[in-house]
Amino acid sequence: MTSLPASTTRKLGLVIDLDTCVGCQACVTNCKEWNTGGHMAPLTDIDPYGAEPDGVWFNRVHTYEHTEDDEHSIGARSRTVHFPRSCLHCKTPACVTVCPTGASYKRTSDGIVLVDEDKCIGCKLCSWACPYGAREFDTDVGVMKKCTLCVDRIYNDNLPEEDRVPACVAACPAGARHFGDLGDPESPVSQLVAEREGVDLMPELGYGPTNKYLPPRAKRDTASEGGPARLEPLAESGGFFGWVDRMLSG
Amino acid sequence: MTTTPGGANARPTQRPLADTAAPAEGDGVDTAPHVSEEIKRTTCYMCACRCGIEVHLDGGKVRYIGGNRNHPTNRGVLCGKGSAGIMQHYSPARLRKPLLRTGDRGSGEFREIEWDEALKIATDRLATIRATDPKRLAFFTGRDQSQSLTGWWAKQFGTPNFAAHGGFCSVNMAAAGLYTIGGSFWEFGEPDWDNARYFLLFGVAEDHDSNPIKIGLGKLKDRGAKVVSVNPCRTGYNAVADEWVGIRPGTDGLFVLALVHELLKAGKVDLDYLVRFTNAAHLVIADPGAADDGLILRDADGIPMVWDRTSGSATAARTPGIGPALTGTFEVGGRTVRPSFQILAERYLAEGYAPEAVAERCGVPADQIRRIAAELAHAAFDQAIELPVAWTDTDGVRHETMPGRPVAMHAMRGISAHSNGFHTCRAIHLLQVLLGTVDVPGGFRSKAPFPKPVPPGPTPAGKDGGRPETPLDGMPLGFVRTPDDLLVDENGRPVRIDKAYSWEAPLSAHGLMHTVIRNAWAGDPYPIDTLFLFMANMAWNSSMNTAETIRMLTDKDEDGAYRIPFILYSDAYYSETVPYADLILPDTTYLERHDCISLLDRPISHADGPGDAIRTPVVEPDRDVRAFQTVLLDLGARLGLPGMVDDDGSPKYRDYADYIVNHERRPGIGPLAGWRGENGDEVGTGAPNPDQLDRYIENGGFWTYELPEEARYYKMANRAYLDFATRMGFIESPEPIVFQLYSETLQRFRLAARGHGDVTPPDSERDRIERYFDPLPVWYPPLLEDSVDTDALPLHALTQRPMHMYHSWGSQNAWLRQITNENRLFVHRETAARLGLADDDWAVVESEHGQVRVQVRLVDGVNPDTVWTWNAIGKRHGTWGLSSDAPEATRGFLLNHAISDLLPATGERKRYSNSDPVTGQAAWFDLRVKLTKCATPATISEPQFPDLAAPPDMPTPPKVLSYGSLFRKRREGAS
Repeated sequence: MTSLPASTTRKLGLVIDLDTCVGCQACVTNCKEWNTGGHMAPLTDIDPYGAEPDGVWFNRVHTYEHTEDDEHSIGARSRTVHFPRSCLHCKTPACVTVCPTGASYKRTSDGIVLVDEDKCIGCKLCSWACPYGAREFDTDVGVMKKCTLCVDRIYNDNLPEEDRVPACVAACPAGARHFGDLGDPESPVSQLVAEREGVDLMPELGYGPTNKYLPPRAKRDTASEGGPARLEPLAESGGFFGWVDRMLSG
Repeated sequence: MTTTPGGANARPTQRPLADTAAPAEGDGVDTAPHVSEEIKRTTCYMCACRCGIEVHLDGGKVRYIGGNRNHPTNRGVLCGKGSAGIMQHYSPARLRKPLLRTGDRGSGEFREIEWDEALKIATDRLATIRATDPKRLAFFTGRDQSQSLTGWWAKQFGTPNFAAHGGFCSVNMAAAGLYTIGGSFWEFGEPDWDNARYFLLFGVAEDHDSNPIKIGLGKLKDRGAKVVSVNPCRTGYNAVADEWVGIRPGTDGLFVLALVHELLKAGKVDLDYLVRFTNAAHLVIADPGAADDGLILRDADGIPMVWDRTSGSATAARTPGIGPALTGTFEVGGRTVRPSFQILAERYLAEGYAPEAVAERCGVPADQIRRIAAELAHAAFDQAIELPVAWTDTDGVRHETMPGRPVAMHAMRGISAHSNGFHTCRAIHLLQVLLGTVDVPGGFRSKAPFPKPVPPGPTPAGKDGGRPETPLDGMPLGFVRTPDDLLVDENGRPVRIDKAYSWEAPLSAHGLMHTVIRNAWAGDPYPIDTLFLFMANMAWNSSMNTAETIRMLTDKDEDGAYRIPFILYSDAYYSETVPYADLILPDTTYLERHDCISLLDRPISHADGPGDAIRTPVVEPDRDVRAFQTVLLDLGARLGLPGMVDDDGSPKYRDYADYIVNHERRPGIGPLAGWRGENGDEVGTGAPNPDQLDRYIENGGFWTYELPEEARYYKMANRAYLDFATRMGFIESPEPIVFQLYSETLQRFRLAARGHGDVTPPDSERDRIERYFDPLPVWYPPLLEDSVDTDALPLHALTQRPMHMYHSWGSQNAWLRQITNENRLFVHRETAARLGLADDDWAVVESEHGQVRVQVRLVDGVNPDTVWTWNAIGKRHGTWGLSSDAPEATRGFLLNHAISDLLPATGERKRYSNSDPVTGQAAWFDLRVKLTKCATPATISEPQFPDLAAPPDMPTPPKVLSYGSLFRKRREGAS
């Protein structure tokens, strides 16, 4: 069993805006290309050109239809949600506490959950323990891999300073991904979470995920946008043509 | 340019940590590993958007591809396709060496040959054609981003038979815009993402302008602007829209015209804008039977006339001090005339366009249409904005501010891929113009070199069909303005092999690539010798009626000779089309080549200024392949084509890069606009600069010019902008560009159909021209519905591209295919329940033409009368470097098998192409089907085709891919 730090200096994590995510997979493949050459390289792909291609990915996007009641009708009560899923860098992650070798650990400085490959014996207990499915076993290498929050980018002085953000945040075309210290209530990400009433994923499990999701905003498909719900026909004499005449004469 | 420092993702929540120094963790993690030895900046080609990329190279391999923050298209972001470029570049399906067919077509039997032999075979063949009858070369270049070169090459060769893939992509979008507002969506213009408050998105299937739209949606969301999507499918952008209108396919035009009806009825149109910037006041002659009935009344100088309410007389438009009428009926010189707006208003005020009249057909409740009309009016008129920017119009009047109506629109293939798409797209522009939102703050904004005069020039060349050893007298593609400009012979028969610019498709500004194989096979209008294709998978997902297309490619005449005698093909990958060609010229990947994203072609301009870009090789090919454009110039030189050889007959250009720098289309105007002149200090025009490419490379692979603030809106009538555009050579003179709501061009075709003019349609074509060349936007049911029983085929069937793939290129990619490697047919739950279908059931989709066996997936987010699937996932066994049992081939499918390339036979009438009758745009989305549950469970899709053998020397794809381990080894070895 591996112990957790009592607290961490920073709580670095992601904030993902489900109202803006269009499900384009940019964060997915940009994560893949960075990380397959990064800290946990490679992100092995098995049978990449065959019948059952199956590789290691630190970040995946799933698309769901969410129906608010049992009635199905066009759009009215059902919505499509794109849901990016990666390690949430929990405060008390079971994937760490179940690790028999200390390979899985949470950093004291920034709260990032990492795997030390030299200590990983590939027992997969962590992937069973993680309720979020965020662990990825590399069958070719025989070790567990996972999101590093781009620990090899965010402090990397071989990169220009403006590039020192997770690859998924840099790539996201819709700007739906945010990054920062969620332990600091004054940080821009914490304020964004407060403003948009960001939520934890499955908080009832008690792992205290650091990453937050901003819920989709209410649809605006019934009320009009501050104006009337329908236009009134011109009441003036001569109808439309009379109106045009008067407008041009004015 | 509305630049955000640091690119698109520079919100405070997307910045690096305030202190990026690594904390002292003590866990031995190297938080600052070596990344790359070198970063090279070039242009992406993972789809058509042309984003700027930074390619990190380490040990000669591509370590990482990121977005270029300074690039005007993507501002640093990069999509799912672009981020998977590494796998595209290292694909095992890359062709390796020129191939000469040795077995029958389709056998996949080839032998590798040297380039000299390949080029000699091609040159000998093409030289004979050029010396005898150059139109017997049909040159169609697919998803070509170098059309200013390839079109010029065809012109110099002397064949009119040239086009790229626009005819089966989105020519309706381009043509409708260019014939109405002198620009269009996507490359021609963009929503004012920074100022719009209401955004209406039509039929955008998640590709084309991919990153700019996503960046823009993010901006709209930040500001709380309302996003309304009109689309039968609730995927992607439609899922995050504030309101989704799940419209019935092919009825968008009716929906839009109902919005127009509501706005007119309530007086919610911008009359001042209509008078100033459109032909709404121009007087239309009403003289049934006359040769000029329906044309604009003009003065002796050809200037359109308007009715001046002040003097009570007709006068030339734009005469200072007049007050033009928009309504009424007048007598001028004994002729009855009406402002075109009178005709327009009468039409759309008719009850046939009322929301309740169209609601059922559109599948959109009347109240919803009424509410959206009210919201548009509220945003446009009650929430009007004003930028504090002074500008001067083309009448010399100075305005202290730029007023704006913050309603923006965008539309794409869902609109254009219908046989009523031209008129539907015109209807969308009509809606924008009535609201006064085109090229104003908050609205739709033109991107240089647009807007252009309506319609733009020049006309298509090649009317005589081409003559031996002689260049055409102009470019093969252009814009028809009158029937006189058509490419038809004295009997009205098509001059071109694709029948572009004929009575069957008069305004086919992008040609009809989708008709070429059938027409060449049938010898209609004449046989050809060589079909030269580039980068279009015409034996598979890029053709309708795929099985028949394959048959036509392999069909032989009674003498045992192929009916299409010779097929020359260039592509970078082993696609389904390769086995059907006779000679293969293998192209490079996008990271191995020069390219030119030119203002002469399809530039990367932004609404705040023109821009262009290059690709430069960032890695050397490890195969014996050559860039297609370099090969084309080499062939041109070997053929002695004018402009491609010097006086002594030696090649004028070393390669494409040399051409990009030194070619001049007109003196001072070349493929690239940046850093021209001998010293590189001239903009737009100037002598070739030998260091031009270096300057581009230093700047990150692109050039942009930022317009002064006074020139950024009202470009159609903005003196500062039009003077600039004239200096740059975009337009001939700084005259105002007048929007043509009422199209005189279309009316001229109607008059021809009525027997007026020198060039009139054959009798058999008259009704069709009369019907579809309405001078005002009109809605009619998709043509297929005229000849199929829609009760028997109750469902509409569509495809969409996954956001993470670009046709068959994307679906071969080792990473992208892990996201999607088989496609289902998406069916609405209610519809499925009615048909007894459950999730994962197999069903047969059957059209009037063919059937496809598919596996279904039930969803809520689709119009209930519509089924759809992902495009170009289905692959043929043995191709693209995939194993024969790949799910793309076993369970994936193409809907193309159900889509006929011809409309059904009806009585005596000839079978027309399944295309828009105005532009020839392929009507992919008109498809009607029925869906039947399979009686017995299936495991594979149908139809299936025999395995295609791979060419010699193709590598065996790896069973395990550990891409990136090399970089780690290098890093750890070094530390």
